[in-house]
Amino acid sequence: MNVLNTRASSAPLSADAGVSGGPARTRQGRASSAPLSFRRSGFGVAQVILFLSIAILVVVVAVPVLLIFFNAFWVDGKFNVRDVLRIIGEPDTWQALVNSLVIAAGTTIGSTIVGTFFAWLVTRTDLPCKRLMKGLFLVPFMLPSFIGALAWKMLLSPRAGFINRFFMLHFGLAGPIFNIYSYAGIMLVEVMYLFPFVFIQVCGALERMDPTLEESARISGAGLFTITRKITIPLVLPSILSGALLIMLYSMAHFGTVAVLGIENGIFNIPTLIYQRIHQSAGSFASIRTGTVLATVLVVTATFIIWLQGKILSRGHYQIIGGKSFRPMELKLRALRMPLFIFCVAWIGFTIVLPTTVIFLVGGLRTYGLSFTWENLSLDNYKFILFNYKVTRDAIWNSVTLGLSAALITMFAGVMISYVIVKMKVRGKGFLEFLGMLPFSVPGSVIALGVILAWSGKYGVNLYNTVWIILVAYIARYMAFSLRANSAALEQVHDSLVEAARVCGASMWQALRDIVLPLVRPGMLAAFFLIFLPALRELTASIMLYAPTTRTIGVAIYTLNEDGETVMSAALAGIALIIIVTGQLLVDRFVGNKAKGQG
Amino acid sequence: MEEIIRIEGVSKNYGNHRVHEELTLGVRRGECFTLLGPSGCGKTVLMRLIAGFEAPDSGKISIDGVVVSNPASGIDISPDARKIGMVFQDYAVWPHMTVFDNVAYPLKLAKKPQRELTDRVMETVALVGMSGLEKRLPSELSGGQQQRVALARALVARPALLLLDEPLTNLDANLREEMRFEIKELQRKLETTVLYVTHDQEVALAISDRMAVMDEHGHIRQTGTPWEIFEQPADPFVFSFMGIANFLPVRREGTAWLVGEGTQNIPWKSPADDTPLQAAGFRPSDVRIAPPEKGEGLRGIVRRASFLGAMMDYLIDVDGATLRTSIETHEALSGGLMFKEGEGCVVSFRNLFWFDAKSLSEVVK
Repeated sequence: MNVLNTRASSAPLSADAGVSGGPARTRQGRASSAPLSFRRSGFGVAQVILFLSIAILVVVVAVPVLLIFFNAFWVDGKFNVRDVLRIIGEPDTWQALVNSLVIAAGTTIGSTIVGTFFAWLVTRTDLPCKRLMKGLFLVPFMLPSFIGALAWKMLLSPRAGFINRFFMLHFGLAGPIFNIYSYAGIMLVEVMYLFPFVFIQVCGALERMDPTLEESARISGAGLFTITRKITIPLVLPSILSGALLIMLYSMAHFGTVAVLGIENGIFNIPTLIYQRIHQSAGSFASIRTGTVLATVLVVTATFIIWLQGKILSRGHYQIIGGKSFRPMELKLRALRMPLFIFCVAWIGFTIVLPTTVIFLVGGLRTYGLSFTWENLSLDNYKFILFNYKVTRDAIWNSVTLGLSAALITMFAGVMISYVIVKMKVRGKGFLEFLGMLPFSVPGSVIALGVILAWSGKYGVNLYNTVWIILVAYIARYMAFSLRANSAALEQVHDSLVEAARVCGASMWQALRDIVLPLVRPGMLAAFFLIFLPALRELTASIMLYAPTTRTIGVAIYTLNEDGETVMSAALAGIALIIIVTGQLLVDRFVGNKAKGQG
Repeated sequence: MEEIIRIEGVSKNYGNHRVHEELTLGVRRGECFTLLGPSGCGKTVLMRLIAGFEAPDSGKISIDGVVVSNPASGIDISPDARKIGMVFQDYAVWPHMTVFDNVAYPLKLAKKPQRELTDRVMETVALVGMSGLEKRLPSELSGGQQQRVALARALVARPALLLLDEPLTNLDANLREEMRFEIKELQRKLETTVLYVTHDQEVALAISDRMAVMDEHGHIRQTGTPWEIFEQPADPFVFSFMGIANFLPVRREGTAWLVGEGTQNIPWKSPADDTPLQAAGFRPSDVRIAPPEKGEGLRGIVRRASFLGAMMDYLIDVDGATLRTSIETHEALSGGLMFKEGEGCVVSFRNLFWFDAKSLSEVVK
């Protein structure tokens, strides 16, 4: 301590304004007499954060996934691959595997063609109202595809579908003109609602591509067709492929559309088969084992797809595509301009306007099957499900509270874990990163299955049939979203900002509170909405986990439809659409303005 | 004089990369001390060791008589308790706080009463010439203004020691010149000890009371006043680091000292020792050039003549060795010193240093 006293008296500047009396001085005094305590307390914070981060990810993500593998391969205390192969070889399971692949392949090819074509139209041609069209092509992002599937079922089911009936009635056709309960029907509906994944990627690439690359080809004497074939397409190919793989990943593990349209004709894919087995047998051992084996196949395939995507994106093709926006060449469509425009408008009308209209109209009918006349339509169903019908009121309440809690918890956990991954120099953070991003390759139905294995009493905690098990599943499912948004925000916070606070006398906690948290708030907000909005319409995981009182909006729409309550199902779907679209528009507006304000 | 920073035998490694080895250095109270070295020489690491962002692997660091780092006895005081001011290369001004809040932050942490806090912040803001801009956000300030905010924030708690990590690198040339005098002025006015890290020898010469030159391996080659460093460089590294340097190889044959590969005798006093291969080092400004018929010195041929506006720049070949010199254009015109490429000339030198030719290899590549 005496050293400090000499310091205080000999430092000419600290004499004024009572620096020597500050609390930091006392702390340093303590430090020199008990030197070890300092860095220890500094490390304490870091260790608490690190420990919590690992604990959260292990409990929420790693344990459920590991339990799936464990249950798939471990039979009667022994590692058993033959049994796994036997299960895969069973006709039903094998068929589901093949279906998943066939549907995913068809959907991917279709979506890629549609998405690339529309992207090219709105970026590189003189199509009328390009900006508006681009916005409209992104609308399917907002529409849950199982609601789309529901609408198409009402329009094109072989007997009762409005379009089929109309043709049979007025043109005397003996059978339906199109049966939506088929592979083609499922793929068609998936294409309608998934193609924006390719569309948005290719649009971005085409807009950012340096036009001089094409112009120099043109100066060298190449025609527009040659340029497109030899220059443009190779340059945007990585974007096309990456969007296509995203669709493949999504479609492989997609539950909603196949559940709504496939089960009627016995078309199952992996997620719907897992659901059906577990649902029918109320969680018997055999069904769970089949489920875990199928889930394993799904995870392995998904991991392979993600690996492939990373490989394609890292091949360096992107170097040619800069971040700046240029004004690219526009192809004059000439005589094709109006026909193509009409085609686009028809596509939007057919895929967005028609299905949503049908949903709202059916939701207004007194009984399903009546024609759309004024005396048959009313708002009674909407009033009923909003105010009087316990099932739907519960569902809306559950979805909103689940979405809010999952978003809040995941947002805070995400910012903490991202902090460890981005900012802390600790060993083992690569492991954290892996765990955090794992749910990207773990589909919703797999997470649900894992959560059932982990939280239904076998390991001391039984959340089965409660709303908590759905919450745990949501947190696991959306953690990766939160990590992405928060990591991006944290990477913007340069280390020197925190270090500057530390030399100003701030402890680790104070620096986090005063500097880091305020600066990552936009990222946290983004994470919140990235989770809240999808959680509102979540179906794949919830359907495996719901109990009679813990239905979510998605589950209620699906089960009402299954139970033949088509009008109620449609009315609830209509309300869900209103909530989702309003929410999305509010977020876009809010976040958009915010970005402008900062720029 | 009393030393405010004492670094004794400090070593620091990152994995297998050795940044510092047994480094010892002292900074005296009240002086402006500059660490000068090429980028990647570990000078920033040394500053971070002093600030407490990094811990040394071994050795001892004391600030103001208090040991702040000493792994041997487990001492490692965290940065917030070292009571120093620091300015970062990228300013590190907090973008979500106004100028006032940025500068007030250290005082808020110290729980100063509101009145005193406001007075002190306004006073410090005025000191760096930012009065009237207190309510601005950093995004509404220029780079130079942000650096002033960073400076004010580092000074507001009146630390006895101020660390400046290349604070002028991101500023444009004019502003850089202006700011370095202001920093020097502030340092004198506040009697703060400043430790300044830079790779720019002009800044170092302009503001330092004393300076240390570091090489790529983190070794300190020379410590001294700017004048000592410039006029009495310890080795070719220091010499060449202080500006464009020419080295003319000289060899001894018997008692004669011959330049390059030719047979011209050196026109100067012979080097003190008689190592057979030596190098004469000199700056372009120390070269005197004359037409071959007038003047004495080494005969050479102008290989390249470049007109740079105010200056004429010549590359001259003397028996296989090349050297660069420049003279003011008007002087060249009036003195008949406008040479064309291929013309002969005579060069002599105002001032030069002798170095062992072997020690040159690390400087001349």
